[in-house]
Amino acid sequence: MEFSSGRARLKQGRLAGDRRELYPHSLQFYLEPPTESISLVEFESFAIDRLKLLKVVENLGVSHVRGSDTYKTKLESELRKLKFPYKALAEDDYEARRKDHISHFILRLAYCQSEELRRWFLQQEMDLLRYRFNELTDGLRQKFLEHVNLSFEAISEDLKSELANELCASTPGLGMIKVKEQMFYKVGLADAVDLFRARRVFIKDGFAYVPLKEIDAIVLNNYRTKLSKALALTARSLPSVQSDERLQPLLNHLSHSYVGPDYSVQKNTGKISLEQIDALSVKSYPLCMRQLHKALRDNHHLRHGGRMQYGLFLKGIGLTLEQALEFWKKEFIRGKVDADKFDKGYAYSIRHSYGKEGKRTDYTPYSCMKIIMSNPPSQGDYHGCPFRHSDPELLKQKLQSYKIPPSGITQILELVKGMHYQLACQKYFELTHDVDDIGFSLNHPNQYFAESQRLLSGGRELKKELSNSGNSQQKSNSQESMNSSSTPTSSNTTADAELEGLEAYFTED
Amino acid sequence: MAPFEPAALPELLPVFYRRLFPHGPYGRWLGYGGVVKNYFQLREFSFTLRDDIYVRFQSFGSPQELERELQRINPYKIDIGAVYSHRPNQHNTVHLGAFQPQEKELVFDIDMTDYDDVRTCCSSAEICSKCWTLMTIAVRVIDRALVGEGLGDAARPRSAPQQRPDPHHHRGKGGAGGERGMRRRPAGSRRGARLGGTPQPVPTPSCSPAVAPAEDLGVRHRLWVYSGRRGVHCWVCDDAVRKWSPALRAAAVEYLTLVKGGAETVKKVNISEPVHPFIRRSVSVVEKYFEAYALVGQDILGTPESWDKVLALVPEDIREPLRGEFPKKRDSVQRWELLKGRMERTRRPGGPGRGTACYADWEIMLQYCFPRLDINVSKGVGHLLKSPFSVHPKTGGSGGLWGQHPTGHPPTAGRGTPGRDSPLLQVAFRCRWICRGWTSLTRSPSPPSAPCATSWMRPATTGSRRRAGRRSRSGVHGVSEDGDGTGTGGVVPAAPLPLSSPTPPDYKKTSLAPYVRVFEQFVEEMERARRGELLRRSDLQGDF
Repeated sequence: MEFSSGRARLKQGRLAGDRRELYPHSLQFYLEPPTESISLVEFESFAIDRLKLLKVVENLGVSHVRGSDTYKTKLESELRKLKFPYKALAEDDYEARRKDHISHFILRLAYCQSEELRRWFLQQEMDLLRYRFNELTDGLRQKFLEHVNLSFEAISEDLKSELANELCASTPGLGMIKVKEQMFYKVGLADAVDLFRARRVFIKDGFAYVPLKEIDAIVLNNYRTKLSKALALTARSLPSVQSDERLQPLLNHLSHSYVGPDYSVQKNTGKISLEQIDALSVKSYPLCMRQLHKALRDNHHLRHGGRMQYGLFLKGIGLTLEQALEFWKKEFIRGKVDADKFDKGYAYSIRHSYGKEGKRTDYTPYSCMKIIMSNPPSQGDYHGCPFRHSDPELLKQKLQSYKIPPSGITQILELVKGMHYQLACQKYFELTHDVDDIGFSLNHPNQYFAESQRLLSGGRELKKELSNSGNSQQKSNSQESMNSSSTPTSSNTTADAELEGLEAYFTED
Repeated sequence: MAPFEPAALPELLPVFYRRLFPHGPYGRWLGYGGVVKNYFQLREFSFTLRDDIYVRFQSFGSPQELERELQRINPYKIDIGAVYSHRPNQHNTVHLGAFQPQEKELVFDIDMTDYDDVRTCCSSAEICSKCWTLMTIAVRVIDRALVGEGLGDAARPRSAPQQRPDPHHHRGKGGAGGERGMRRRPAGSRRGARLGGTPQPVPTPSCSPAVAPAEDLGVRHRLWVYSGRRGVHCWVCDDAVRKWSPALRAAAVEYLTLVKGGAETVKKVNISEPVHPFIRRSVSVVEKYFEAYALVGQDILGTPESWDKVLALVPEDIREPLRGEFPKKRDSVQRWELLKGRMERTRRPGGPGRGTACYADWEIMLQYCFPRLDINVSKGVGHLLKSPFSVHPKTGGSGGLWGQHPTGHPPTAGRGTPGRDSPLLQVAFRCRWICRGWTSLTRSPSPPSAPCATSWMRPATTGSRRRAGRRSRSGVHGVSEDGDGTGTGGVVPAAPLPLSSPTPPDYKKTSLAPYVRVFEQFVEEMERARRGELLRRSDLQGDF
């Protein structure tokens, strides 16, 4: 299999003999693309296996605490099953290392195409690397650090005792005694971004003082920087790969199998009239959008984050550009903004989000993951995920005012507490639509809307879907109460179904 | 109507760009000593022209070219963008993906609008001398984290008498607002403090046990600028920092952010043990202002409605007893003492009934006073920010003017004018003023009395008419040296002016002078540091 240029081909000639040299460690940062030729069959099977693996990583991350024992055991068994390097064991897992290497690069090709895909891929690969790095023995860890040029110098005992109080106060989970035992490393801020960001280490004079036990954060930070840069580069050179007709459909299918539709294609454009919106916001909006809509109606204004999140959602449910301009303008001029100011200040960004201005990117509506992970709301903002970004007390009041039964509220708050925000939203869907099991895993506000509309419009469409998407309704009878431990299984099954579809696709080829 | 309606700008701007704008230091600043080739040429400038016409991706071969262009098109507003991989004015000629922002100053934007939930005096873009304290706190907290406080400075007792007391400014006994700022630290004092190494015990406020005064980020060159209407900007210009990735910029903002959550979050600050030194140090800065600003000025515990807002941030088991006690107390200060006492009890080591330590008093102080940074401005390398010395054309409608203003125009109450105690704010057309660190900012007790158009124009015009450069220059120097941050220009009667380029620069004869002087010092210090660095490097090479 050839990934890139003629230069790679040249290299291949030299390396063909002893490829074992390529993988001195079970772990790697995937810096060099594979240069050997592989068959299309292997290409496909590697890709599917890695996708399966990453899916598992994602699901485990949702349902278990990362690094907990169950998480580790489950992930290990999966790695074993799919024949990836699962422990830093002996030298003879060459095949597994090779598979790890090649499959990673195949998925890079498939997942570099949009910001959403890159975000997902990066997240799962990071989780995977974190697990695998922490499984290494101390010696191997040290070796690996040296291998990737990340060895740092420990600070002297003198300096440590001088800073002891501050190190102790800055490093959660380290008492005075532990501070005395641990080695601390003086690391530049750029290498310790996550620790710096979260104020989990002592920061002085532009350096972070990182204890040994947090060194994995630095490794991951470094890995993420490298990988995201690489993904951006890959995306830039993608056109040449896509011109290969053997690969193009395959790669596309690989990426679609995860995120599903991105709700950028508006089949339903123009099907919604502005008068319907208020009613729809009550019936079919997910909580985040309902909150934004209400804030907009109340204040006749939304700040930028809210306009983006809500505006793109509206675009996704089928508002045309003209409708959107009318919608926002009508509301804004009821507040402090006059028509002239609206046309000058706000209309541009609406046209921009419809791809009519600037670099003409046709923006896609935000997914749950984007809403939950990026750009948290700040003062005066109403955007974000209500399950993630609200005080539980306020959330409870809000749900009460929306007539959610108390038992349902308790369940939702439980899920929120366990940081299962999407599951909480799913629960909210079930409670507001009076279904026991929605039979899909929710990952997009526009998906929520579409599913809600489908349910509410009822009748034939629904029946058709049911026969298609399996017997979720039947199943739900036996699942009286759905709790957080059973939901992952349900999303697992969806994932498996998707992957099976994928395999079917490949075998057809 | 007010003379600074945007309609008047076309006449004023040519004078401004010809005679007042500090082109020299401005070019030296953005050239960064020419160390990196084409650094200035790759920089994006954006202009706002008449009728809100906005032009992006302007770039110039040299500061002189920029100067000529400014004098030609007289922009209403100048924004500074990133240093790009290619010349921004040629961005259409390169492949779309190849044109990328590479470097920019790390900028912070603090905007008064973001404090609306904790201000009682004003809202949105309005500011008055009461809430301006928030900006003073913001600058001091952030500046402490960036460059630290000089050791000697912090150790000195806070007893200097207030210069220039301002009747509009509410300052209680605890308000250390101006004193420190009045001393300009001798150059290099910070370095001395650092080389000294050993942290000495320093008198610290009650909440922070002997923390060495130290900077977190170890930055050397930063410029604080009044944003022109309702906030401040900070430009961090160190060579290394300009190369920071968006992720690192965002991380810095998050590190410096303690108030989190939007409209759906009531309690926006959460402190748990261990308490990071950054939080401790920030609390000790905020503490100095809290009583005068929040308890006396904003009176946050003055009425049942307002104290309920505060009590919502206190754990339930303490909330109810306090709610019972509060009406018996006389004022906000006493109520605060009570609340604080309760919280300190939970933190007393081994004290009776010690459950989990509760920091609600700190959390309240921070929620009400801690700086609120706009992460989106700092994060993007390509994000534009209004340039220092760019004028602020306030869009039509609200152009009231101060009664005692040098121009003698009658006060006109405009839409959205703040309280009467802040007349200077109503000037419609302002220069953005500048200070290095918090010196000038904290020195000016009221909101920035930024020089307004008339107050520059006047002396500028007279100066040029007299053409008595030498004589008046010495006098003006005096003004700038004592670094008066309040702007004193505008006593000389007005006269028509010829549009000619004068020597010496006209700004020296205007109220703009002190700000330009601060800016020049900032640029000079960067140049000094650069020379020192070059010297050090050549020494090192010599050794080998």
